[in-house]
This record gives sequence, structure tokens and C-alpha cells, in this order.
Amino acid sequence: MRAGVISKRQLSQRTAFSLLITATIIVILPVLAIVIQIIVSGADAISLEFLTEAPSQAGKAGGILPAIVGTFYLMLGTIIVALPLGVMAGIYLTEYARDNWFTRSINLAIVNLAGVPSIVYGLFGLGVFVLLFHFGMSLLSASLTLACQALAMTVTTSREAILAVPREYREGSLAVGATRWQTIRHLVLPQALPGIITGAVLAMSRAAGETAPILVVGAAFLLPGLPQSPFDQFMALPYHLYTVAAHIPGMARSTMWGVALVLLVVVLSFNVLATVIRLRARQRRYSS
Amino acid sequence: MIGKTSHDTTTELKEILHRRWRLGEKLIESWIFLAGILTIVVLLGIIVLLLKEGLSAFWYTPPWEFLFGTKWYPVSEPPTFGITSFFVATLWVTLVATAISVPIGVACAAYLAEVAPAKVRETVKPIIEILAGIPSVVMGFIGLLLLSPLVQSAFNLNTGLCGLTAGIMLSLMSLPIIISVSEDALRAVPDDFREASYALGATKWETIRHVCIPGALSGITAAVMLGVGRAIGETMTVLMVAGGALAVPVSPTDPMMPMTAVIASGIGNAVRGGLQYQALFAIGLILFAITLAVNLFADRVLDRQKRKFAR
Repeated sequence: MRAGVISKRQLSQRTAFSLLITATIIVILPVLAIVIQIIVSGADAISLEFLTEAPSQAGKAGGILPAIVGTFYLMLGTIIVALPLGVMAGIYLTEYARDNWFTRSINLAIVNLAGVPSIVYGLFGLGVFVLLFHFGMSLLSASLTLACQALAMTVTTSREAILAVPREYREGSLAVGATRWQTIRHLVLPQALPGIITGAVLAMSRAAGETAPILVVGAAFLLPGLPQSPFDQFMALPYHLYTVAAHIPGMARSTMWGVALVLLVVVLSFNVLATVIRLRARQRRYSS
Repeated sequence: MIGKTSHDTTTELKEILHRRWRLGEKLIESWIFLAGILTIVVLLGIIVLLLKEGLSAFWYTPPWEFLFGTKWYPVSEPPTFGITSFFVATLWVTLVATAISVPIGVACAAYLAEVAPAKVRETVKPIIEILAGIPSVVMGFIGLLLLSPLVQSAFNLNTGLCGLTAGIMLSLMSLPIIISVSEDALRAVPDDFREASYALGATKWETIRHVCIPGALSGITAAVMLGVGRAIGETMTVLMVAGGALAVPVSPTDPMMPMTAVIASGIGNAVRGGLQYQALFAIGLILFAITLAVNLFADRVLDRQKRKFAR
């Protein structure tokens, strides 16, 4: 009798656990399917020509070089703006800010910036950078828009990285007479650097994949050459994928998969890079 | 009197240098302060712009008609702006996405936090990170090419581009945030609780079911809210696979056009400062207000959860 009761409870445990495992498999399988499908189908389209030539015949022939270059410009433009600002705001929040309403409103602003839909950032970029500042539909407007979107992330990761630096370091430095800024510059920032870089690389990966904002503020589908100045329009991989997949009738499927593969490689390689930096920093901390 | 000694000069020089250094330091510190303010400036900028352009739409279309009108004819003469179809479309795709992602996400989080061996967890976590990293346009592309034919034949529809397809893709995209926030919440439940439960003779599952999940409930709620926020704000996927029909969708298998898709597809053709432009900003304002409320709520709940087990 007693044994029967226990086995019933064990049975329900076994059923429950197998359900949990099933859920986990349901999460994993589509991811693997998507990645493998893109690699397999996209590999056919990849050639030297595809990666190094400009598109022709409305994107049906030629390559996607301008889109690749445009995406790298965007990533660069985004991080040049968002990283210094994010680090400085992170320093402010951890080293200078007191616990008052002002600091709380900054933190609240960051939480909310992270949740603003990407298309709303697009509207913001259109209203402010394109029209108000007269930067036009351009690489500059798009970079600044993506930078605003990345800001929440760079601030948060910088703040976490700086917070993780032990307090004793700061106290030791201040005790031997260093000023607060000297302490931050020579002790805190070097220690926090791997964490900050990890966040920056992730932010770049995100910027590379963003489509909705650049669709509003200046991505072009076809351009004869590479952008020559920040005020030029530009091509970008995600926008190119959107157009070839949804707007050009008669587009060869292999081209679409090819664009998807290149985009995925750019985005995921930066993700992997971030993970490597994080793991290495952790290893160094444990070994020392 | 003898003139200044060299010692005096050096001291003076040092003092000047020091003062200049202090000045530089003050300058840097004021820049740091400004960077802190900038986050508020950007958020306020978004709010002011959306209010300025969005509210002017309500001069032409009263808010009531804007929200509950079913006709969206931005280029007819005179134009009509009613967003009921889009609002309902957003509801449908969010509903489908949430119905799929919440049970699966929470179960996956429970498995990873409470049951999975370390090795399994270390294999699964990076895969979920990959999922989080896949750009929304790629998800839209996958929905377009792979999922929509499946949905079309499974439900015998005229087109596979519908709210259901979009909702399924969105559920995948909300999973990473739901899993990671729920898992953190489960991990925050102190081990003492589990041990007390085991000591009373409960099995592992009974402990998860009656101790861990109730203890982490507020965190899981926040996870769900964040997932919902993600689904509401997602643009490219719904633009590509939801179907884009303007009628009020009565079932998730109808083609439809969620609010984000309306903005993305219309803003390129809208005359700057014109009626359609303002109407699209008004939709942006409504979207922003919804996601703001969702995020504020989630933040509040997470904060409470953090304090609950803090000692």
C-alpha cells in the first residue's frame, strides 16, 4: 500500500519532468532547424562574386558587397556614439550618483528605453535626426538612431561591469591619495573593460540585425556604389533581405538564403566573440 | 631682497599644473554627468516627439473615432483614419505568441533551473542565446518561406500569411527573455526553502510545483510581461508574415496588419507633417504607451521579487 503511494508520486514526477524536457526540446529544435536550414540553403549562393560585387538587375544578379559594407559602417557608427556615452553614464551611475530621485529616474529611463519598440526608434530618428537636424535620409541619421537604441544596452552592461569591480580596489586607491577620477581611470575601468567590451560587441551585433529603424531613416534597396560620406544613403544586409524576400517578384530563392546566411554569420559571429571575451575574462579572474 | 628661489617657482608651477589637472578632472566629471542625463533626454525626446506629432492627428480624427474606427483610407479624399483592425491584429498575434511561449518558456526555465544537469544546461543556454541573437528580419524570412506553407496546408487556408503564422514566429522570439527572466527568478528562491520541502518528504517535482514556482511567481509574471512587450513591439516579422490585410481580423487565421507593421509600411510614403504622417505617429504613441506600461509593471514586479529574498 505504502509502496503504491510512493510510486504514484514518483510517476507524477516522472511525467512532469518529461514534460519539462519536451518543452526544452521544443525550444531548441526550431533554433537548430532555422540555423541549419539557412547554412545549407545559403551555402549555394555564396561565391566570391556574391560577396565582392554590387547588385545588378534589381538585385537578381551580382553580389551584395554594398549591403555588407553598409552594415559594417552602421555597426561602427552605432558603437562610436553609444559606447563612450554608455560607459560615461555607467560611471556616473556607479561612482558618482547618490540614491535620490534623479538617479532613480535615470535608471527608470534606461529600463524603458530598452523596451521601446524598434519602429518607434525609427519614428524618433525620422523626426529628430532626419528632419529636425537636417541630416537627411543618411548613414549618419541611421547610426544615431541605432545608437539611441543601443544606449540602454551599453549603459546597463557598463554599469554591471563597473559594479563587479570589488570596493577594496577603490578604497585602496583613494587611501593612497588618488582622486576619484584617477581611481576610475586607472583602476576601475581597466578591471571593468572585458565586461564593457562584451556589452559593446553585443550591441554591435544587435545593430547589425536591426531593420525597422533603418527602413524609416535611410536604408536604400539599390545603390550603384558604396556610401562616400555619412550623409549618403546606404544599403544594409537586413533591409536587403527584407526587400529581396518580400518585395521583388521572381527573386531566386538561393539569393534570399544567401543574404540571410551572410546576415546570420555577421550577427552570430559577434555574439560568439562576446561570449569568448566574457569566458576569457572569467578564466583570468579565476586563475589569478 | 633676493628674488624668488627656484624652489618657490617649482611649487608655484606644480600648483598651476595641479589646478589645471583638477580643472580637467572637473570637466571630465561634468561630461560624465551629462552622459547620465542623456538617457533621460532621449526618453523624453521620444515622448515629446510622439506627443507633438501624434496628438495633432487627433485634431483631424477625434481619439474615439481613431481608436474605434474600422476604416483606414490614408490617401482617399478626404482621408479616414481608424485603427481598430490594427489594434485587434496586434491583440491576436500577441495572444497567439503568449499562449505558446509562456507555458513552454516557463517549463523550459523550470527544467534548466531545477532539474537539468550542469552539462545539459551548458549546452542548452548557448542555443537559447543564439535564438535571442537571430535578427527579426531573419525570423520574418523563415516565417515567409518555411512556416507559412506549413500553416496554410495544416489549416487549409487561402494563404499561410496570417496572424497565426506571425504569432508562432513571435512566440519563438519572446522565448529567450521569458526563459532567462523566469530562470533567474527560480534561482533566486533560497535553497533553504527546497531543503525544508525535502525534509517534509516532498519529491523534487512537488518542491518545484509547490515551493519554487510559487516563490518565483512575481519574477515569472515579470518574464511574461516582458515577453508580451516584446511581441507587441516586434515589427519586421509581423510586417512580413501577418498578411497585411486591412479588414478587422475575426480569427487568428485571417491575414492581418498589426500596429507596428502599419507604421513600417506607411511611413515611407507619408508626406512629412501630413495627416497620414501624424496618424502613424499617433499609432507610435499608442504602442509606446502600451510598452511603457508593460515595462514599468515588469520592473516594479522584478524589484519586489529582488527584495523578497534579500537579506
